[in-house]
Amino acid sequence: MYDLESKSVTKRFGSFTAVDSVSFGVPSGSFFSILGPSGCGKTTLMRMIAGFENPSEGDILIKDRSVLNDPPNKRNVKMVFQHLALFPMMNVGENIAYGLRCRGDAKSSIGDKVKAVLDRVGLPGVEEKQVSQLSGGQKQRIAIARCMVLEPDVLLLDEPLGALDLKLREHMKIELKQLQHQFETTFLYITHDQSEALVMSDNVAVMNAGRFEQIGSPKELYDRPVSGFVAGFVGDSNRWAGRVDRVSDGMARVQLEGGDTVVASAEGGGDGASVEVFVRPEVIKIGAGPEGSTLSGKVDSLLFNGANSRVLVKTPSGKLIEVADPSGASTLAEGDEVQIHWDPKRALAFPGEAA
Amino acid sequence: MRSDTGKLSLILLMTPFALWIVLLIILPQAGIGYVSLQEKVGPRQYEFGFKNYMDFLGEPIYWNTLLRTAWMSILVTILALMIGFPVAYYIAKIAKKQARAGLFLLCLIPLWVSDLVRAFGWIVLLRETGIISGALQWLGIIGEPVEMLYNDMTVIIGLVYTVVLFMIVPLVSTLDGMDDALLEAGYNLGGSRFTVFRRIIVPYAMPGIVSGCIITFMLTAGSYLTPILLGGKNSSWFTEQIYNQFITRYNWEAGATFGVLLLLFTSFVVWAGLRLTGQSLATTVAKE
Repeated sequence: MYDLESKSVTKRFGSFTAVDSVSFGVPSGSFFSILGPSGCGKTTLMRMIAGFENPSEGDILIKDRSVLNDPPNKRNVKMVFQHLALFPMMNVGENIAYGLRCRGDAKSSIGDKVKAVLDRVGLPGVEEKQVSQLSGGQKQRIAIARCMVLEPDVLLLDEPLGALDLKLREHMKIELKQLQHQFETTFLYITHDQSEALVMSDNVAVMNAGRFEQIGSPKELYDRPVSGFVAGFVGDSNRWAGRVDRVSDGMARVQLEGGDTVVASAEGGGDGASVEVFVRPEVIKIGAGPEGSTLSGKVDSLLFNGANSRVLVKTPSGKLIEVADPSGASTLAEGDEVQIHWDPKRALAFPGEAA
Repeated sequence: MRSDTGKLSLILLMTPFALWIVLLIILPQAGIGYVSLQEKVGPRQYEFGFKNYMDFLGEPIYWNTLLRTAWMSILVTILALMIGFPVAYYIAKIAKKQARAGLFLLCLIPLWVSDLVRAFGWIVLLRETGIISGALQWLGIIGEPVEMLYNDMTVIIGLVYTVVLFMIVPLVSTLDGMDDALLEAGYNLGGSRFTVFRRIIVPYAMPGIVSGCIITFMLTAGSYLTPILLGGKNSSWFTEQIYNQFITRYNWEAGATFGVLLLLFTSFVVWAGLRLTGQSLATTVAKE
């Protein structure tokens, strides 16, 4: 059973199609993310679910019931806004009680519910504080508590971590995931930050130019992207443009711009097609391998970043290739001649994006 | 060196302000206050005392006029708020970005014409031989010319028209700062239009409402031209009494007393209004 379902939802603004026939279902109690660059239509999609925009075509169902005719204040989807939109003229307790009072809860029960939800988000006893007295992370939790106290069917989150600094963002990622587990509510999370989507989600939809490119678990998206866009957007990749010589056994021989030839798993595009080859830095190893998956070059620079350290290798044709160096432990020095190789099955050749 | 230039620029900036405050506000008010406490005991002979204030209290027509002026000013303020709020809300929140400046300018255009000319505009419309009376006759709705000037209703309409702009400007600037997401959050959390208006829009706009009401009320209570021109002899506006004492009766002591009383009474009304609505100047007008 799906808590939230979208059936070929389309939204046009004049002649511009912001959301183009998007269909997906979010299973009950799961964490679903929509990942896409800014302007891809993800915010419009969320606003349609919340009821602030009406779809031009298609249907939106919450708990198997169409909500297209429900105004925003009658839908049991609550939203955490990008800048949180906590009411500045109310204190924390009033902010949380607002929804309960709108719903017409008994006065006596409101205080208890506010107290209970503040306990659950780990901020007991802050009812009397003003919103401006809270830190960024605390505001975040209040914004979530304000929605969760109403026990929504789906909680929408519109890039709520965007405004936080890096350290806090890393921390809130884990905390959000924990809160979702704790409340056992369906979360729909919108972001342009692939690491947020990968870390927190059960399922991620990658959105580009109004369409869903792929829906899958974070691991599927990372290991088996279905398009060049997904391969490039999710995780880091080395990306080389080239032309297919010939395809055999699902493997394509690709003539890269600049002269090298590599073998890669063919993900579409026949002989002579222009393709892009994606190879993740952690797939590449230092040392010689079989012909077709080996390149030679010079160490251009060493980029130390703890477990994310990289070696930049420059090929004679001028390509800069990122090679993972997990512990930063390699004995290479800048200027050394090296050979690098990889498993050809983990190099993916997608038809080039029509530029 | 740096602190010297800082000091100099501070002095240069503050001098016009200090001159204005001292020369045009504090000194004349002190003078008026002083004159109001002079009792005339004979030609060019004065004594210190409260006789002028006692005279004011002893003459019902005086304090009735003051109360009437205050009531009508409050009414004008409320009407201006009721008319100004939707206009300000439309300009700040509903109109498209490009249209905003134009709409705001449209509100300002009447200010390019003097008060006097605007009041005469109303006279042209409303007098017995005026445009509205003529149009109604032509349409056959009324049989003979109707005089629409010189009554309280006309005075109120004219005053609202004169001051509504001073309500709209502060309202637009506060509402303009409101993030639309607050409204959407208000609806999203289950609020009806009315709830969102009452619990989110109005509290947010409160600084603008308070400053708009104070400006409007003070302008109305202190206005002279509009009540005199549209209300005629019957307008009984308190400023008219002050004018009469100073100019017609040449009784400067009584005129000064009335001036002081008008200032004190309107200040009291503003203070009472703030207390009644649970606002304070510090948390609304001076906020950020």
